[in-house]
Amino acid sequence: MNNYLLKHLQELESESIYIMREVFSQFENPVILFSGGKDSIVLTHLARKAFWPAKIPFPLLHIDTGHNFPETLTYRDWMVNEIGARLIIGSVQNSIDLGRTKEESGLNASRNALQTITLLDAITEHKFDACLGGARRDEEKARAKERIFSHRDEFGQWNPKNQRPELWNLFNGNKLLDEHFRVFPISNWTEMDVWQYILAENISLPSLYFAHEREVFERNKTLLSVSPYLTLREGEKAIKKVVRYRTCGDMTITGAIESEAETLEEIIIEVAASRLTERGNREDDKRSETSMEDRKKQGYF
Amino acid sequence: MNNESYLNMELLRFTTAGSVDDGKSTLIGRLLYDSKSIFQDQLESITKISNRKGLDHLDLSLLTDGLKDEREQGITIEVAYRYFATPKRKFIIADTPGHIQYTRNMVTGASTANVALILIDARKGVIEQTYRHSFIASLLQIPHLIVCVNKMDLVNYEEEVFNTIVTNYKNFASKLDVKDICFIPISALNGDNVVNRSSNMNWYEGSTLMYTLENMHIGSDQNHLDPRFPVQTIIRPHSNEFHDHRAYAGRIEGGVFRKGEEVLLLPSGLKSKINSIYYGDKEISEAFPPMSVSMTLCDEIDISRGDIFVKQNNQPNASQDLEVMFCWLNQSPLNLSGKYLLKHTTNSVRAIFKEIIYKLDIQTISRNEMDKEIVSNDIFRAKIRTTKPLFFDPYRKNRNTGSLILIDEITNETLAAGMIV
Repeated sequence: MNNYLLKHLQELESESIYIMREVFSQFENPVILFSGGKDSIVLTHLARKAFWPAKIPFPLLHIDTGHNFPETLTYRDWMVNEIGARLIIGSVQNSIDLGRTKEESGLNASRNALQTITLLDAITEHKFDACLGGARRDEEKARAKERIFSHRDEFGQWNPKNQRPELWNLFNGNKLLDEHFRVFPISNWTEMDVWQYILAENISLPSLYFAHEREVFERNKTLLSVSPYLTLREGEKAIKKVVRYRTCGDMTITGAIESEAETLEEIIIEVAASRLTERGNREDDKRSETSMEDRKKQGYF
Repeated sequence: MNNESYLNMELLRFTTAGSVDDGKSTLIGRLLYDSKSIFQDQLESITKISNRKGLDHLDLSLLTDGLKDEREQGITIEVAYRYFATPKRKFIIADTPGHIQYTRNMVTGASTANVALILIDARKGVIEQTYRHSFIASLLQIPHLIVCVNKMDLVNYEEEVFNTIVTNYKNFASKLDVKDICFIPISALNGDNVVNRSSNMNWYEGSTLMYTLENMHIGSDQNHLDPRFPVQTIIRPHSNEFHDHRAYAGRIEGGVFRKGEEVLLLPSGLKSKINSIYYGDKEISEAFPPMSVSMTLCDEIDISRGDIFVKQNNQPNASQDLEVMFCWLNQSPLNLSGKYLLKHTTNSVRAIFKEIIYKLDIQTISRNEMDKEIVSNDIFRAKIRTTKPLFFDPYRKNRNTGSLILIDEITNETLAAGMIV
């Protein structure tokens, strides 16, 4: 290379690797929050590159709502084995059984908000002081305002009005006992960047992301998968459709899109042409105008 | 866009500054909208809210003001990061509020930017806030300034108005330390000269804002002359396959490093040769900023985080006594007898203030040597002493090895941004 200017994906990749190495250096007990979605998969891939040829120096924490797509769990177990990482599972069902939290009731009940309790309990139990997450700033407007090193108080809460200024690449991870940080190494990536990177690096993904035939039904203009966790209401009808997923949340809240994109190349063409944000199909974000900010303040991902 | 061209895009970071009513949010909204970076559901959401508020236009600021308090009060509190791309470049916008905590937010946004967009209301011309923003851009050494004279539609697109503003701005800018300034007459509301050329201003022969952003030369924004590689961490796999592998991981903060070259290690003063350079798991022959790499050396040397690789014939300054331009960012005032934590490259040391040399009045760009009370948003020059020597370059020469932050030892909050003189 005689022109000393990095291409944009390499610059983003280098930034993320730098952040991961800062986390390793500044904290004692960091963990990767692994959902099985494409962003946390990319995060894990970047961690491998950051510390190669050593193994990833962080365990993976999966908050299992009990409502996961089976494909996500299959992928998770395969990947953990493939890279030789340590997997820690925080179970929402367990939190419910222990009386730490209560199942939501009502028409649109989900376990989305319940995860926060399980996550915070896992952080306390394992004494994690930094949780690496795959959130991106282009995903959601509250996330657009969050720091890369995002401070959490002893209750796990985010205070958006008192964030530390983040200057140059000097990250301040200093904290008091029992506080922790959420760190977002791919903050500056967009959905398109993530897909292009997955293609360029040939990263394997859960089969959910690719077009497949599935039994679905329509609710609130969203195509939900037929699953043991949802009961069809009057007027709702299960139909077979060729669909795929743009994000990978719980079966109860993640909408499928009708798509025939079977390869990464086809997905990229579809993403580029899409006029909806990827979270446009997430029931959890539709609850109110500020639902992400509200959940984040309490300690959500 | 095909994959090939996507992989060939460059990244440009810019910061926008402007006061409440000069149309900054509208301009960003326009850039996002015209580059098709706004999605249908986002558009529906802001249309709904704009209607609810009884507005007769689309309030594009709702795209950038994400927090509840911001939406309720109609103001921007925090730096917001926005993204858009054209076939040529990907852009990261650090959108900073113009009023509340302006210095703190502007400095944050400016610290990583290649370009600063300065907005001037054509009806008002160069005002106090223009000085303030431009000065901070110059202080933070943002390599390029684009001055957008906005709301040209409200002055009948008159060339005279634009020329007067350019002249006034240039008079003031002669006092600044800025290498590259250009001026563009625009109307963010109507889209004149933003993405598309305006037919209302045929007298203007320059480029549109988007063309300028896409084509300006950013290849020289990083320092490629002075090799600097601060060590972040050491990679030791302890595996059978890589039993003796010992690599120094970090980011290239200046210059170019090549395999086989001799490096000088500081503070030890020992020399060795670069045995290999890795980018992820790929071996490469040379590395330059801002690449995150790992390097192995030909000799076994005791090296730890905070050490730096340089070249024998090109060494940084080494000192415990530094002169620094500071921006004080915290609500609590500076305590002259206090001890502070200082972060510089991958180093952490403690520091004390020896002397406040002067405080800067950024309205008049004049020095005040009498006032030594430092409070939030103040900019000042001071002498500090650190517990051990730092290896640094003047900020003007290298933004990565010339910058530092101060941290409160009790609250752990980031107190100040510093640029080494």
